Amino acid sequence: MINSSLYNVLYIDLTERKYEVQERRDLFEKYLGGAGVAVKLLEEECPKGVDPFSPDNPIILAVGPLTGLYPLASKTVAMFKSPLTGNLGESHAGGRSAVAIRLAGYGAIVIKGSSRTPVYISIFNDQVRIKDATTLWGMRSSYAVGRVLREIEPGAGKRTIMRIGIAGENLVRYANVVVESYRHFGRLGLGAVFGSKKLKAIVIAGTRGVKVYDLKAYMKVYEEIFRSITETGVMSKYHVLGTAENVLPLNAMGALPTRNLMQTRFELAENISGETLAEKYLVRKIACTHCPIGCIHLASLRIAFAPGYEYETLVIPYDYEPIYSLGSMLGIGSAEGLLRLIEKVEGLGLDAISVGVAMAWATEAYQRGLVTDKETMGLRPNWGEDVEVYIRMAEKIARRANEFYSALADGVEVAASKYGGLDFALTCGGNEVPGYHTGPAAIVGFLTGPRHSHLDSAGYSIDQKALRGPMIEEEMVKQIVEEEKFRNVLTSLVICLFARGEYKLEKVVRALEPLGIRTSPEELMKLGAEIQRAKASFKAREGFNPYNMRIAKRFLETPTPLGKLSEERLRDMIRMYIEMAGLKSVYATLD
Amino acid sequence: MSYRVSVVSIERCIGCYSCMFACSRFRFGEVSLAKSAIQVKSAGGIERGFVIVVCRACVDPPCVKSCPTGALTPRPGGGVIFNEAKCNSCKSCYEACIVRAVVWDEEKDKPIICRYCGFCTKFCPHNVIVFEPMGRELLV
Repeated sequence: MINSSLYNVLYIDLTERKYEVQERRDLFEKYLGGAGVAVKLLEEECPKGVDPFSPDNPIILAVGPLTGLYPLASKTVAMFKSPLTGNLGESHAGGRSAVAIRLAGYGAIVIKGSSRTPVYISIFNDQVRIKDATTLWGMRSSYAVGRVLREIEPGAGKRTIMRIGIAGENLVRYANVVVESYRHFGRLGLGAVFGSKKLKAIVIAGTRGVKVYDLKAYMKVYEEIFRSITETGVMSKYHVLGTAENVLPLNAMGALPTRNLMQTRFELAENISGETLAEKYLVRKIACTHCPIGCIHLASLRIAFAPGYEYETLVIPYDYEPIYSLGSMLGIGSAEGLLRLIEKVEGLGLDAISVGVAMAWATEAYQRGLVTDKETMGLRPNWGEDVEVYIRMAEKIARRANEFYSALADGVEVAASKYGGLDFALTCGGNEVPGYHTGPAAIVGFLTGPRHSHLDSAGYSIDQKALRGPMIEEEMVKQIVEEEKFRNVLTSLVICLFARGEYKLEKVVRALEPLGIRTSPEELMKLGAEIQRAKASFKAREGFNPYNMRIAKRFLETPTPLGKLSEERLRDMIRMYIEMAGLKSVYATLD
Repeated sequence: MSYRVSVVSIERCIGCYSCMFACSRFRFGEVSLAKSAIQVKSAGGIERGFVIVVCRACVDPPCVKSCPTGALTPRPGGGVIFNEAKCNSCKSCYEACIVRAVVWDEEKDKPIICRYCGFCTKFCPHNVIVFEPMGRELLV
């Protein structure tokens, strides 16, 4: 392959304030890039049993051979040891991040060590600088941090600005990293790992070019993919309403977790639906670099802050997940209230799903008397009744305001272990649950997925297939396993998962060919399986045991569209997963 | 008739940069955001949208007037033609174009001048940019 800059791995040591570039052709030739390369770098760099907040916990950012070259090859994969689950931390973000890393001349970046004082890293081509960030530390909003860095760093319009909010500074175990204001490395606490290293932000820009092996063939495949994506409607739903289009269908089928999953239908869903938000608040749709779709939906909210026609106008990104976690889960049925809460959570740098699930648990725990005004510092959460309560609660979590909020900042499982209420503390594998109570495939996907996320294997989509026509559990698990392998391929290239309908394996093979990479669908799936195994091995090494996972009673009590779930059957399906994925030997000592 | 690329609906731009990648791949045979005659910039924070800068094909081009070596000559009907062999890299054209449509190629130390081929417009998903005959706006 001509574009060897992909092989460059930039190693940065914050303790020593040094950096070096190593050529890692070995890794990229074997594992393509993205998730495949990142998990190998994690194996190399992360010592066994390390405290996630130790300087030795690495932050790994990786892109892949398609990054920058094809439409929707727009994502960066981050890996680290998760401070939330204590095992694999994996999170993906778009924005300008992936193309910026590639055009700066790198395939991956590894950050180790920690600084004694706050710093940010500035990368412009081969110039790498570790700069003072004392003045940015403690800044009220992650938006403000972006505004400052925009002024003082080069590469306007083409750079990525990754930064943490105060949640990351305070080591909230599900703090995120905000990218370009509206995208995130959301899940599993990368922001807290940044915070533990006193790393406030990373700015990356580059002016390098990437050459391909066969330009003519490349231009042809490019055009074909571009036309298919923009003209056939294969991806139009992501542009039209965006992921928010899921609200009403999930609500209609009784799969929209509401009020901490006491219900699965939200009587006010209409108010916070993709349709309502689009009709009343949507002002702009934007895209990640090199994505002609543009799924990022921005709402504008005008708020009167004083008499005399005094208004402030907020611009707020929305997606399905925050609508679920900060909307229906908290019983918030006003779009304005929801948008204000999203804006707050964004500014604090909290993962929207985790903090929403944590606050939903806190509301129920408060109502059941497990915690009182003393713990909540006088806040009285009562579902959607008063959004202000949740805005203040999120702030208290981000600041670890007292022992109770500090426990919530460690994850809802920690809080429930301390105050009671584990039966309705909604986590899978320690990660707060995403918003799809569709049936067994979704839950088994959350439990078995390496990230414990809906993005691992999209079980919700398998459940919906099962609603249309009966499917036995073996078949569900088989599809989970296969989908996970396939996604490992896409996230190694790195293709946005929204484009999975376009980038089928045959298409991927054709897209790689002009770059001088020859492969086959079978070989790619083999690689997907190998990555699946590598992730599982890392999890097992760090103490993850799929056989004794906690399954909260609430998941079983509240019926799904496919009926009530049985714990026994779910555990059977987990065993099937381990068997079908060929992971029995990985977890051999635990069974 | 002379054609040019016109920015007709900038508020519809989603900032995907497909036009820039089109230019860099078609004209320079590589994937780059530095080598492109069309430039997309944020208007100061993504929430404010984007700015697209591309040669306006002036009928009396300031860049031509600033060029001391005759490397830039007027194109009949508007716009400029660049003869790289005559260019001495003085950067006068870069300074002369107040919309900054003359992009500087740092690697070659030469200006990147639009060739009015319109290839970039084929990859705009929202018809923010169009390839049109000069003076068409007068007919509307």
